[in-house]
Amino acid sequence: MVQDIAAMLPAFERHRGNLIPILQAIQERHSYLSGAAMKMVAKHLGIGPGEVYGVATFYNQFRFQPPGRHRIKVCLGTACHVAGGEIILENFERKLGIKDGETTADREYSVERVVCVGCCALAPVALLDDDVLGRMLPSKVEGLFVQFEIERQRQEREKVARESGEQARD
Amino acid sequence: MNKQEIDARFVSIRREAERRAEHRKREAIPTIYIVMSTCGLASGAAETKHAFEEALSHKGIQARIVPVGCLGHCYAEPLVVIDHPASGFPPICYHQVSAGRARVLVGSYLEEGDPVLEYVLGAMERSDLIPSVMDFPRFSLEQRLVMEHCGHIDPDDIYQYIALGGYSALARVLASEPAEIIHLIETSGLRGRGGAGFPTGRKWSLARASETGGNIAICNADEGDPGAYVDRTILESNPHQLLEGLAICAYAVGATQAIVYVRAEYPLAVQTVKRAIRSAKELSLLGPGILGTPFDLEVSVFEGSGAFVCGEETALIRSIEGRRGMPQHRPPYPVEKGLWGRPTVVNNVKTLSSLPSIVQKGGSWFRAIGTASSPGTAVFSVVGNVRHPGLVEIAMGTSLRTLIFDVCGGIPNKKSFKAVQIGGPSGGCLPESFLDTPIDFDSLRQAGAMMGSGGMVVMDEDSCMVDVARYFLDFTQKESCGKCTFCRIGTRHLLNILDRITKGDGRKEDVELLATLSEDIKNGSLCGLGKTAPNPVLTSLRFFLDEYEAHIKEKRCPALKCRSLTAYYIDLEKCARGCEVCVGCCPVEAIFTTRGRKKGIDQKLCVKCGECLVACPREYDAVVKVSPPGLAPIIERPPDEEKSVGGQG
Ligand SMILES: Cc1cc2nc3c(=O)[nH]c(=O)nc-3n(C[C@H](O)[C@H](O)[C@H](O)COP(=O)(O)O)c2cc1C
Ligand code: FES
Repeated sequence: MVQDIAAMLPAFERHRGNLIPILQAIQERHSYLSGAAMKMVAKHLGIGPGEVYGVATFYNQFRFQPPGRHRIKVCLGTACHVAGGEIILENFERKLGIKDGETTADREYSVERVVCVGCCALAPVALLDDDVLGRMLPSKVEGLFVQFEIERQRQEREKVARESGEQARD
Repeated sequence: MNKQEIDARFVSIRREAERRAEHRKREAIPTIYIVMSTCGLASGAAETKHAFEEALSHKGIQARIVPVGCLGHCYAEPLVVIDHPASGFPPICYHQVSAGRARVLVGSYLEEGDPVLEYVLGAMERSDLIPSVMDFPRFSLEQRLVMEHCGHIDPDDIYQYIALGGYSALARVLASEPAEIIHLIETSGLRGRGGAGFPTGRKWSLARASETGGNIAICNADEGDPGAYVDRTILESNPHQLLEGLAICAYAVGATQAIVYVRAEYPLAVQTVKRAIRSAKELSLLGPGILGTPFDLEVSVFEGSGAFVCGEETALIRSIEGRRGMPQHRPPYPVEKGLWGRPTVVNNVKTLSSLPSIVQKGGSWFRAIGTASSPGTAVFSVVGNVRHPGLVEIAMGTSLRTLIFDVCGGIPNKKSFKAVQIGGPSGGCLPESFLDTPIDFDSLRQAGAMMGSGGMVVMDEDSCMVDVARYFLDFTQKESCGKCTFCRIGTRHLLNILDRITKGDGRKEDVELLATLSEDIKNGSLCGLGKTAPNPVLTSLRFFLDEYEAHIKEKRCPALKCRSLTAYYIDLEKCARGCEVCVGCCPVEAIFTTRGRKKGIDQKLCVKCGECLVACPREYDAVVKVSPPGLAPIIERPPDEEKSVGGQG
């Protein structure tokens, strides 16, 4: 990661106005901002690391911990709130045993709240990675995890089948 | 550079656009327009498109698929318009076109000429064959200026916009003096659509007065209101109208640099605008020496990183400068000293998108729409408990009642109207007695709400006003940048008080405390965020005081919304013996079987999600919700049941 960032930085002019675009570019590639990354940005722009950290923490967009492989976002915009978005969020939290903003121990899932994803007509809304799930219900949350489990088992079976196939060839 | 030379250059571009449009028409093959903006995609428009493509190639039918932006009818997504000239029918709009319906349409309509009436929303043009959508109140009461072409053109094809007259206003502006343009906008009476309603022409002339030979024009597409998506839809559906407006603004105020500030949470909008800038540059409609004139305009996109306060213009400027987005003291105003110390004009997406038509049709034409003090139209995203949610553009001065009940179809499920929230976290909730309020900047402010940036949430009798106030305070408290003490700590206190009221721990003096603290926060804050943060509290106190009192004195939530103050129970008289539906849907296994083989709810485990109420078969309708929770009869879990549940877990 450090090497990759070191390779990215020269493309950005050493200009204060580039601070946020640089942080966005790093997060885009590495999905979060590590302490080391922020120090490198500070050095590149010739400002203090505290200054970089101060700016990064001001904005909701930046994360300082790697998110899960699957990111679940629950909308708590006005329309979704009125339609019971909070209950949906709680269902995800309960199912995964984590709180909003956290990631499961196996780094499979993270849950976060977002405000208005622009599909209020489908409220309450949740996002699974980039898929928008409209008109959510607690039972749909349940169903989603059943689906995940089936998918996981399928992949496992395929893996086993592949491996045994490889062994047979050997 | 004189008018003729600019015209000559533009005419050749315009010809090319017309040639392409003509070519499409001459091909005489069916065109399928699919709404592919965020709400369309969320409803499955991508699968619909795929199904069309597959069915067409399977049947070997020639047709053109054009992805378009939002038509505003989010309730009917995925929306598809099919123009099939050979069939003799006008272009027809279809609603809820799933992949299955798409296949049927290809077979029945495109192949056999039967337009499948049961999927039809209406014809896009008047005809005797199919009722026209123009006769629906949704269409006939709307007046579209800003959203005129949204949903009718491919946002990625600049020529489609040009063929409809796009960029001709810019060509005209380039042949005039900046002062003339500013004068035109002043006479049109256009006021900023970003919330405050500041006269756009006046803002421009102030910026012009402090010209330094390199002013900056910024389009504010930060749209931080958690319930509004107007600006994003415009960016996704017709970015060129906005860019044309931005270029007109830049020319008038003497800017050589323009920035579109879009929230990074709007990835589709960001990409669409970036592509649009590129294609406008290729045709010399943006960039250096526009249409051969000496006017250079460098346009870029800045992705905002998710802070509500950055919608405020001085905070927005700070964030482009790579700093924490904290509002600054004004004066100096951005028009004197803005981004990098240069005079800067910040205008909202809708303000800028209104400009091309004003230039083309004149200031007095614009003045004639809307009201005397607020000319033009207003665009709202109307959501919540209405039958037809979506984006609506109406003339200013239209009443709230017309908008909610006629244009958007009123309240569904036989519920009654309770309140409408306008202006998001800075606005307020208006009750039924205000439904005849005309929608314009001044009337709404007088009523205690605010135009805001276009968010409108309609609430029925099941919404709790205290809970809504708490929701907005939770939002502003998190979004306060922390600069002013009253905003930082005051909103926290307001939230704490509202929290305890909704939990049933409200105190007698709380209403008084909320009112005085709200006034203090208004007075003690620098920017609009703090100054308006108490509005949701103040308006709900003013119009729904009885609800506060029920929460505080009776520990009761009249709307049965606040979860600490409600309980669910199962009416044993109605519950059907042996039915297990509710047990299966309960996410926390709080439902048990009584000795009589009926069901009971364990109040200690119940999380009050309401699933059992929805799941209980209509003919039994046995689940009851009550407030205060003490009203629920106590049904004990039989001891053996408890054991068996324990055994399973
Ligand atoms: C807390 C706060 C949030 C704001 N959010 C927005 C916004 O999301 N979009 C916007 O255009 N203006 C917003 N504004 C208003 C801007 O400061 C500014 O007045 C506006 O962009 C000017 O454009 P206009 O003259 O076209 O209205 C906000 C103001 C405040 C105080
Ligand atoms: S409030 Fe959830 S999508 Fe708008």
